[in-house]
Amino acid sequence: MSTPHGNGRSGSEATQITFLEAIRQAMFEEMQRDPAVILIGEDVGVYGGAFKTSEGLLEKFGWERVIDTPISESAIIGAACGMSYLGLRPIAEMQFIDFIMCAFNQITNFVAKGHYLWNAPAPIVIRGPSGGGVHGGPFHSANPEMYFVHTPGLKVIYPSTPYDAKGLLKSAIRDNNPVLFFEHKFLYRRMKGEVPPEDYTVPIGKAVVRREGRHLTILSYAAMMHSSMEAAEALGAEGIEAEVIDLRTLLPLDEETILQSVKKTNRCLVVHEDTKTGGIAGEIAAILCEKAFGYLDGPVTRVTALDTPVPYAPTLEDHFLPNTKKIFAAAKELAKY
Amino acid sequence: MKKKLTRQQYMDLYYYMRLNRAVEDTMVKLFRQNKIVGGLYASLGQEGISVGTAYALEKKDWMAPMIRNIGALLVKGVRPRDVFMQHMAKYDSPTKGKDGTSHFGDLENLHIVSPISMLGDLIPVMTGVSMAGRYLGQKIVAMTWIGDGGSSTGVFHEGLNFAATQKAPFVLILENNLWAYSTPVSRQVPVKDLADRAKAYGIASYVVDGNDVVAVYNTTQEAVDRARAGEGPILIEAKSFRRMGHAQHDPAEYVPKEMRAYWEARDPILLYEKFLTVEKLLDAKGKKEIEEKIEALLASEREFAENSPMPPAEFAETGVYCTGDECHKIRPRWERPIAEVTPPRSRVSAVWTVAGFGKGKGSGGANAPIHFGDSGQQAEAAQSSQKLSPNGKSSSSIPSFKKAKDSIQRASGKSRRSP
Repeated sequence: MSTPHGNGRSGSEATQITFLEAIRQAMFEEMQRDPAVILIGEDVGVYGGAFKTSEGLLEKFGWERVIDTPISESAIIGAACGMSYLGLRPIAEMQFIDFIMCAFNQITNFVAKGHYLWNAPAPIVIRGPSGGGVHGGPFHSANPEMYFVHTPGLKVIYPSTPYDAKGLLKSAIRDNNPVLFFEHKFLYRRMKGEVPPEDYTVPIGKAVVRREGRHLTILSYAAMMHSSMEAAEALGAEGIEAEVIDLRTLLPLDEETILQSVKKTNRCLVVHEDTKTGGIAGEIAAILCEKAFGYLDGPVTRVTALDTPVPYAPTLEDHFLPNTKKIFAAAKELAKY
Repeated sequence: MKKKLTRQQYMDLYYYMRLNRAVEDTMVKLFRQNKIVGGLYASLGQEGISVGTAYALEKKDWMAPMIRNIGALLVKGVRPRDVFMQHMAKYDSPTKGKDGTSHFGDLENLHIVSPISMLGDLIPVMTGVSMAGRYLGQKIVAMTWIGDGGSSTGVFHEGLNFAATQKAPFVLILENNLWAYSTPVSRQVPVKDLADRAKAYGIASYVVDGNDVVAVYNTTQEAVDRARAGEGPILIEAKSFRRMGHAQHDPAEYVPKEMRAYWEARDPILLYEKFLTVEKLLDAKGKKEIEEKIEALLASEREFAENSPMPPAEFAETGVYCTGDECHKIRPRWERPIAEVTPPRSRVSAVWTVAGFGKGKGSGGANAPIHFGDSGQQAEAAQSSQKLSPNGKSSSSIPSFKKAKDSIQRASGKSRRSP
C-alpha cells in the first residue's frame, strides 16, 4: 500500500498494488479530478472505512466531501440520491455489502426507477465489501448481486483484479446511472496486480477473456474467477483447454463475448460464489438456449454455492463454497460430451 | 393570524387554494367519466397546508410533494394540464404516461423531486438535496411532506435523524389528517402531538392549525428562514382532516359522523373567505372574478389534456438508462469557490473533536475521552478532572469495569431464574 496521506499513486511506472489500494486510488483520483464526487457512509471518514478503503480521504478532501453517517443505510442511499439530483456524484459505502438489504427499497424503488419514470438520472455509486471465504458468517459474507441484477435501471459490477477494480470504479463514478460495485473482500489484501500510472478506465458491460481455450468455456467473476483460472491450469495438464472469461459486469451482461466463446468451444460451465437458485448462471443458461442452442454439445453446467445461508464454521463454509476442485471435476465431466 | 401579509400575498393564497380545489373537482369529474386511468387521491379540506407551506419557498428552493399535495405543485409553478395528464396517463404528461398522479418531478426548472408510493423515502432524499445545495453554496431549502401514517416508517426516523446530525436546511411538513387509510392516528402513534417526535432528534418543531392558511404560511416562512440560516431541519405538524376516503374507491365509512361534521364546518377555504371579507380584501365581485379566471383556465387546460394522445406502446421499452451527455448533461451549479472544497484548502485533521474531552484518536492519550467501563488510569484521570469541576464528587460515581461486569452477571443470573 502506498502511504495513506500520499497523492494516491506511488510512482510514474506501473506498480503492484492490492485490490484494496486500487479501490482507494480510484476514489482518491476521482475526488481529486472532480469536486462533484463525494463519499458518504458509516465510518468512512475519521476511521478511513472498516477495511481502510477510504484511508486518507478525509484529511485531503475535508468534512463536506467525506461524510460519516449514523447507522442508517436507507438514509445513506436516499441522501446520496438527493445529492445526485443537484449534479453531485456521491459514492455511498455499505460497510459490509450485506447491509445493502436495509436500503433495498430506497435502491430498487427510488434510485433505480427515477430515469425511466421521470427522467431523473441518479449518478451514484453504491459500493462495499462482499463475498465469503473469510469466515465472516451469515451476515458478513453475502453475495446479493442478483437482487439488483433483477432491477432495471441499475448497473452491477463485480471485478476480480486490482486493474479492473480501479478502472471500473472510475467508470462507475463517471456513469450517469446508479451503479452497484461489489468488492470481494477475500481479494482486498490477497490479490495484487499492476496498474498503470496514468488515468484509465475499464468499460462497464464488457467481459474479458482471461485464458484462451477450445474445449469448453468457463464463465466466472470476482473471487471465483481466480479459482476458475487455477482449475483451467489443472485441466490443461490433462489436455483439456478451457477458455476462461471474467464477466466483470453482470448488468448489462456482455452477451456478445459469451456467445462468441461458446459458439467456439460448444460447452459452457458457469461458476459463481452466489447461491445456485436465481444466480446469474441460470440466466446465462437461458441466454445460451435462446441464442446458441444449436452450438451446445453438452448441458450448460453450474458450479455455485449451496442454496443455504453462508454458514460460519470453516468446515461448513468450505463445503458451502465452490472451489477449484469442484470446478475441475465439473469441467472434466462436461468435457466428456 | 398575527403577522400581516401584503395584499398580493393574501390574494395569492386565496387564488391557489381555490385553484387547488377546482383542479381536484375537475379530476373527480374526469374520474367519473372513466378518463382517469388509476386511482384518484383528494386533498379536500387540506388545501391550506399544501398552499400555505409551498408559498413560503423561493423559486430556487426544492420540494418533493406527496400524493395529496396538488396545491404545492401549483404554487411551485406546475400547470393544471400536467396534473390532469398525469392522472390520464397521457403522452404529453411530465412522465409521458410512465407514472401517474403527482408522481413526477422537474430537476431543471421547478426543482421538484418525484415521490414514490413507499412513504418516508423522500425524507433522506430531500436531506441529500439540501446538503448538496449547501455544499454547492446555493443557499437553498428543501421541503417535503409526510402524513401521520408515513411518520411511522423506519426511513422517516433514519432520514430525520440524519438531517438533524447534518444540520441540513430541510423543512418537513407532517400533515396530520387523522387517518392513515382506515386507521385513526390514535392507533398508529401513542403521542398527542406528532411534532413531539422532533425532540428525539434535537430539532425545532411547530404545531399549527392546518386549516388556517395564514398561520400555516407564517409558521412555514419562519421555519424556512431558520433552516436557511443554518439552524438545522425543522418539523412542522399541521393538524387537519382527510375529508374524502383514502382514494375515490373508499367511502370512508369508518370515520365518525361528528368528526366529519366538525371538520366540514372548519373548511379552510370558507374560513379564509370569512377572514378576507372581514379584512375587506375580498368582496362578491372580487370572488366572482377569481372564480371566472379559474374556470376559464381549467377549461382550456382540461381540453389540452383530453386531446393529448396515449403514449405509443413501444415507448415502454425506452429510457431505463441515461445514455450519457446527449441524454443528460450532469453538471453541478457552483455558487461558491471550488477551491474551498479541493486540496489544499479542503485539508482537515482527521480526528473527532468531542465537546469536553479534548481530542485524540485512541484511548491512551492524555486528553482521551472517558468511556463507561474505563478503569485504572482512565478512572484516575476522570477523578482528577472531576476535582476541577465545582460540584466534583469522588470517583465512586464512575463504575469500574469489574463492577460493571459483576452487575451484568447479576442481572443475567436474575433473568435466568425468571420464568
